[in-house]
Amino acid sequence: MSVTPPVTASTLLRVDGLRTEFTTDQGPITPVDGVGFTVAAGETLCLVGESGSGKSVSALSIMGLLAGNGRITEGSVMFEGQDLAGLPEPELRRIRGHAIAMIFQEPMTSLNPVLTIGDQLAETMILHLGLTKAEARQRAIELLEKVGIPRAGAVVDDHPHRLSGGMRQRVMIAMALSCRPKLIIADEPTTALDVTIQAQILRLMRELSAETGTATIFITHDLGVVAEMADRVAVMYAGQVVEETDVYTLFDQPKHPYTVALLRSIPHITTPAGDRLTPISGSVPSLLHLPTGCRFRERCPHAMDRCTTELPALRPLGEGEGTHSVRCWLYDETGTAVSV
Amino acid sequence: MVTYLIRRILIGIPVLLGVTLINFLIINLAPGSPADLYLSPTATPEDVARTETALGLDKPVFVQYLNWLTQLLHGNLGVSFQNREPVTQLIADRIGPTLLLMGTSLVIAYLVAIPIGIFAARRRNTAADYGVVGASFLGISVPHFFLGLAMIYVFALTLGWFPTGGMVTLGRGGGFADRVSHLVLPVVVLATGVAAGMVRYVRSSMIDAFGQDYIRTAKAKGLGASVITNKHALRNALIPVVTVIGIDLSALIGGAIVTEQIFQWPGIGLLTIQSIGARDYAVLMGINLIAAIAVFAANLLTDIAYAVVDPRVAYA
Repeated sequence: MSVTPPVTASTLLRVDGLRTEFTTDQGPITPVDGVGFTVAAGETLCLVGESGSGKSVSALSIMGLLAGNGRITEGSVMFEGQDLAGLPEPELRRIRGHAIAMIFQEPMTSLNPVLTIGDQLAETMILHLGLTKAEARQRAIELLEKVGIPRAGAVVDDHPHRLSGGMRQRVMIAMALSCRPKLIIADEPTTALDVTIQAQILRLMRELSAETGTATIFITHDLGVVAEMADRVAVMYAGQVVEETDVYTLFDQPKHPYTVALLRSIPHITTPAGDRLTPISGSVPSLLHLPTGCRFRERCPHAMDRCTTELPALRPLGEGEGTHSVRCWLYDETGTAVSV
Repeated sequence: MVTYLIRRILIGIPVLLGVTLINFLIINLAPGSPADLYLSPTATPEDVARTETALGLDKPVFVQYLNWLTQLLHGNLGVSFQNREPVTQLIADRIGPTLLLMGTSLVIAYLVAIPIGIFAARRRNTAADYGVVGASFLGISVPHFFLGLAMIYVFALTLGWFPTGGMVTLGRGGGFADRVSHLVLPVVVLATGVAAGMVRYVRSSMIDAFGQDYIRTAKAKGLGASVITNKHALRNALIPVVTVIGIDLSALIGGAIVTEQIFQWPGIGLLTIQSIGARDYAVLMGINLIAAIAVFAANLLTDIAYAVVDPRVAYA
């Protein structure tokens, strides 16, 4: 289990009030609307939420990799003093794959089938680090060894179809690490893998980030993975961050009714056999028909009148500088429940 | 790979035999006898019988076919009914111009079509893309004979830029420039159909490639648009395109017959039309065999090319 970094750790990435809009045939939708979180150097932030909660779109917004019909309309993505949200494409390209690298969910299709693994690894290092072909190839072999690929010297000349899904995800990790990034964004990197391979990949990522000091944004819908990987956690619901805190506080003292309900809906090792889980009633609202006020209110057991009319802001609780923030009318600044 | 090729070639032999048999039957089913064309209207039934015996047409069709096959085994395609020249010689004389015409058309068609297809894919659903798609639809739809006649009317007769037909200007020796100017119009006609089809294949194949996860990976690596297009997308997009080359070659053989006729291009296509008119069975069988072998070879080459461009393909 990783250790929470000191609060004084320097902030590497600060996402503030991020709003991303897509134009669709049914009108504009806003899959990300008010996402904010910070990532300190070397720490792992887990973005957790259901499908469609805006986790991946947030990640793609940070990278500037939105599809043609999507764009950031509000908010900032401060990375090392630069706002990535307003950066022109050529400058973003210098950051992508270099200072910020990304690992995707589908290892089977994320590598180019007609290029060798060595070529795909070397390409980034030649581009960003200015290595020669020979140097890049040598370093590609070292990276493959580092991510635990046997016969790295031979695999470097293989095409991706010769490798299993787990091995391909290791290649993707090697690729992400190749230019010694400050931040890796991993979008559900283990979702498509078998459970045993999942555990191996998670362990590898944890070891490597500890070794290299790389910060990670780890996107997942799996609270087990959160417990395994996270230093801090941002819980997302319907395009918004509803709670952000360190991993221990999240599991021990969840504040937002959605987080509470989420934790209640998963089995625990101490849950007696035969006990029923508590599901969250209702379903995630459609992005085309979002409720007024709080987006969770229709499913919330504590919903009040205020929740229908006013959207709560993501507010820090207590004295500490942003250690625990919640987007809910139930809590005042000190984190105590407000009497209705 | 070698075993695969040997097996493919062995399978090809019965296929080719079947093609020649069907051709032989179709040719013989056509009404009228070649003898009709070689005798004057006043010929007696004895004259007709004598001519048919001389051409070997008096025997049953299957015997004729077996005789043709026996000849073939000796590398002999028979002699032309029309002028008693060996068929192999006739074909050898005419194949050069046809290969020149088809080869030039194919190369030019691909050189034009692939960049245009990529261009349209990168600007999909814009006015430029719609323009390309519309033009290629027109190119596929227009028949060779119409396009050929229209080209002759506009560029040869009205503007006088190019000759109306033939391969060289008679009596002027036929220098390089002269040959090129004769080549332009028939190549444009033949290449148009091929290029129009290829533009659509390349465009849709590139659009497909651009939507793949590995393109997102390439973008996330910070690669520029041209590297992503030319290295990551194009190499994948060409895999399905390669399979079309074999089909294009077969279509070109058909197109060449019409185009050579329109432009009086002294190739196999023109020989085909002349031989059909003359009911020259021996020449027609020879041409059919060559065409069948060409299509067979084109498909084999396509399979080999497939293995070259796609590392996942391995023939055993």
